[in-house]
Amino acid sequence: MSLIAEITISFFLVVAGIFGLVGSFGLIKLHDSMQRLHAPTKATTLGVGGVLIASMLYFLLVKETLSFHELLITLFLFLTAPITANFVAKTYITRNVRPQDLPETDRRYGWAPYDDPPPQETAVPEEKTKH
Amino acid sequence: MITAALVFAFGCFGLGFLFNLWRISTGPDAADRLLALDTMVINAIALLILYGIYRGTAMYYEAAMLVAMVGFVSTVAYCRFVLRGDIIE
Repeated sequence: MSLIAEITISFFLVVAGIFGLVGSFGLIKLHDSMQRLHAPTKATTLGVGGVLIASMLYFLLVKETLSFHELLITLFLFLTAPITANFVAKTYITRNVRPQDLPETDRRYGWAPYDDPPPQETAVPEEKTKH
Repeated sequence: MITAALVFAFGCFGLGFLFNLWRISTGPDAADRLLALDTMVINAIALLILYGIYRGTAMYYEAAMLVAMVGFVSTVAYCRFVLRGDIIE
């Protein structure tokens, strides 16, 4: 195992640990719930991404086996983190913010936690199901 | 060198786990507890993969993948329950 490979893997591991610690520390450091939403959804996801990159490099450079499992986990985490953050924000708005405190959306329909979604105007799928 | 970096990363994510536990126990709102639980799942994935590197086996990826999927689904289900009072309408 060359020294450069070792230094690269160790660098990614240390960076990932720092990002994960910052994300979890922001969860207890920040004051407001909506501020707290920032730290875990961004920093911790980056930390896990760093761990997965380090794992991929380790198995590629040290064990000399190429594996794509890490890419799957990274893709899944990076896809689901914004959805989770959106759901948590909706939950907070529903429980703690009244509808008259929110600003106007400047659209035909209001905020998603309080109003129903807009109806679909194209009726093509219904016609297909009738036949 | 890799072993020292692994120990450092283990310490960081373990400390993050403790921070998440503190936020779960003292969170003033249900949204805070939800967020802390989701962060805890992400930290658990990181710890699993670090343990896989430490042991030198590729066996823990499947466990990490399963934990990621179950964590996402459970977070969304809990959010739906708090939002609408029902999970599947």
